[in-house]
Amino acid sequence: MTTKENPPASAAQEAPASGDPSKAVLKRSRRDVLRSGGMLSMSSLMGTAALMAQPGEAKAAVEWAEHFQKNYRLMTPEEKAEARLRLEKRYSGEYNKKVSVDITEAQPGVLMGYALNIRKCIGCRRCVKACVEENNQSRGARPGERIEWIQVLRMERGEFTADKMNQGYPEGLGIQVGGNAYSPAGQVLEGQYQYTPEAVPEKDANYMPIACMQCEKPPCVKVCPVRTTYREADGPVVIDYNWCIGCKMCMGACPYWARRFNLTTPVLPKEDMNPVTHYLGNRPRMRGVVEKCHWCLQRTRHGRYPACVEVCPVGARKFGNLLDPESEVSKILARKNVFRLKAELNTFPKFFYFYD
Amino acid sequence: MLTRFVFDYARYVLKGGTKFYAWMGTLALLIVGMLYVFYLQNTEGLIVTGMTSQIHDGLYLANLVFLVGVAAGAVTIVFPAYVYHHEGMHKVTVLGEMLAISAVIMVMVFVFAHMGRPDRLWHMVPPWGIYSFSSMLGWDVLVLNGYLILNFVVGFWYLYSKYTGKPVNAKIFMPLVYISIVWALSIHTVTAFLIAVNPARPMWFHSMMPIRFITTAFAAGPALIIIAFLIIRNNTKMWIEDSAIKLLTTIVIWCLGLAIFLTLSEIVIELYARTEHANSLYYLMFGLHGLTALVPWFWSSVVLMVGAFALFMTPKFRNDMKLLPIPCAMAFVGIWIEKGMGLIVPGFIPSPIGEVTEYYPTFVEWMMTLGIWAFGFFILTILLKGAIGILLGEVRFGGAAAANPAAAVH
Ligand code: SF4
Ligand code: SF4
Repeated sequence: MTTKENPPASAAQEAPASGDPSKAVLKRSRRDVLRSGGMLSMSSLMGTAALMAQPGEAKAAVEWAEHFQKNYRLMTPEEKAEARLRLEKRYSGEYNKKVSVDITEAQPGVLMGYALNIRKCIGCRRCVKACVEENNQSRGARPGERIEWIQVLRMERGEFTADKMNQGYPEGLGIQVGGNAYSPAGQVLEGQYQYTPEAVPEKDANYMPIACMQCEKPPCVKVCPVRTTYREADGPVVIDYNWCIGCKMCMGACPYWARRFNLTTPVLPKEDMNPVTHYLGNRPRMRGVVEKCHWCLQRTRHGRYPACVEVCPVGARKFGNLLDPESEVSKILARKNVFRLKAELNTFPKFFYFYD
Repeated sequence: MLTRFVFDYARYVLKGGTKFYAWMGTLALLIVGMLYVFYLQNTEGLIVTGMTSQIHDGLYLANLVFLVGVAAGAVTIVFPAYVYHHEGMHKVTVLGEMLAISAVIMVMVFVFAHMGRPDRLWHMVPPWGIYSFSSMLGWDVLVLNGYLILNFVVGFWYLYSKYTGKPVNAKIFMPLVYISIVWALSIHTVTAFLIAVNPARPMWFHSMMPIRFITTAFAAGPALIIIAFLIIRNNTKMWIEDSAIKLLTTIVIWCLGLAIFLTLSEIVIELYARTEHANSLYYLMFGLHGLTALVPWFWSSVVLMVGAFALFMTPKFRNDMKLLPIPCAMAFVGIWIEKGMGLIVPGFIPSPIGEVTEYYPTFVEWMMTLGIWAFGFFILTILLKGAIGILLGEVRFGGAAAANPAAAVH
């Protein structure tokens, strides 16, 4: 099995430690897959045995109850509270610290919105890191175990140069395509998100961070066969991790490549686990389900900014209530040059790009 | 009487020569392999497959889509038999229904294999779960199950009536047959919709998908049936008439020709304008950014399909029952590649943000795929064998007693 790097632009660069799952998985040889397969299934067998040895243990009982619980949206408030207690107990035990699972509902009169100044973004990717830490994303070293919800796309600026002036004209009876045909000059969405610059921003690059756009007409919601993923009343599109069957239909439907699949049990070191969680947000996920950005419900439902907004060193990221004309986002929408990504698909993102 | 039916049926199926047991044994081995990798997948997660966040559906979905076509293809027997009253075909319709049953079962197993949490499958089934009317996958599962039930009922009712010698109640039976004919179209159409309704994947997002699916289905399905018929003809006492095989051949030729034409139209339209949306197709045909993993697949499928078409066009191949399996196998394999490595996988490349990554199925995936196919053939063999026994009259109510005086004593 051979592996090739991504687009030529990135070929020369070392894959960063945060290599994206795909390439990494490809690098494994078949034997590796099988070997680690054998080992892990052994260990999971042992895990099962350990559980059976102490049938009274809370975790096993909790998992059993979790398995038969209802879709979160259909739970009564009591059932939600029960589920919450169950999870708090289990996570606290598993991660050796006091974990809270928030079940705060959407607040009336709030519609969350996000705006990003692409002029300002310097491509430092601090938002990516902050997001991983805040939202308990998987950070294993093993291929396929690392999950990042935000991508900062690095795009070539492109150029028009004198020496290419006559390229693209037909020679002899060749096919006519026009002149200078193949230079990207600020082409949208042919970027890379794994880059290792000496310093940011780089001279010849533009950056476009993307993550879940929390579409108003989300194709991912429409295709879900079990209504696991849905739009909350205050805007964000969320996933009930306990109800997702892992059919991955939503991943195919999302035009922004915003969803990630837990190919294996997420790797979340105890000490790195963020204990302040929300049921629909950053609580630890399990194997075989889909996850994505939810605008830090555990923070934003309590009036705080999402982690990426807080951490952005240049203040490119803005967040607020779209229904409140005095909020920062509303003012940006009213006064700046704003656009949405892939507007032709009618997904109506609540994530707006702007520039001054 | 029903228990006797099941009993006689099973007893007939279990009897067989070394060839039969060798065949079933091999299949059983592959099934065991499948169970092992399925266990791996469900203890470790889909990480043991070649799937990634970019290309999150691979061989499994590809086979699923292809097999839905094979299942739908059975209608190429049922339709001429019941609507045109084709004599040769009428005798063997039930064999087509058996093929449909096994194909749908394989599809279900592939659905299972491809899910991250098969233990939560019940979430789709009301009243415990939720059924979503907006989801194409929900509809797909619904029509597939419907098709399975229809074929099961129609097929076994017919066999049972043969077995007992009492004719079926045509007033109920015939409407069921007609429903199953229309239903066959629906399963592949809905599967096409499942894929085509995603504007996020420009390669799939066009309305030609359903008709292209139907044409390839009606080429691949009957191609397999022809091969199965020829095997049956040569290995059992069951004789399948030339006229039936000829009609199937004609259907394969026409549908294969249409499929090639539709592919050609798509290529011209996409590549002439060569917008960003043509990238997937371009990647499939020539590679993109130096990555070319699918290129050999695409061209091999083209060679197989066009080659099969050319061979079918030569009377020597078309009419010679010895040579006929060659173009049939070529068409079958060509379409299998076209649906899998030529449609599902490139749909994900480049990803919606323009990333080009390649997909290589792992051993686990190949093993699983092979195992599910083996499972399908296992079921198919059982179904066909029993059905043939009944059609031949070897399994008949009271037949065992009649044939075996020792048993008749008590
Ligand atoms: S960006 Fe993708 S995941 Fe997010 S709401 Fe839209 S379609 Fe769904
Ligand atoms: S993977 Fe989960 S969230 Fe996505 S469509 Fe399937 S069940 Fe719904």
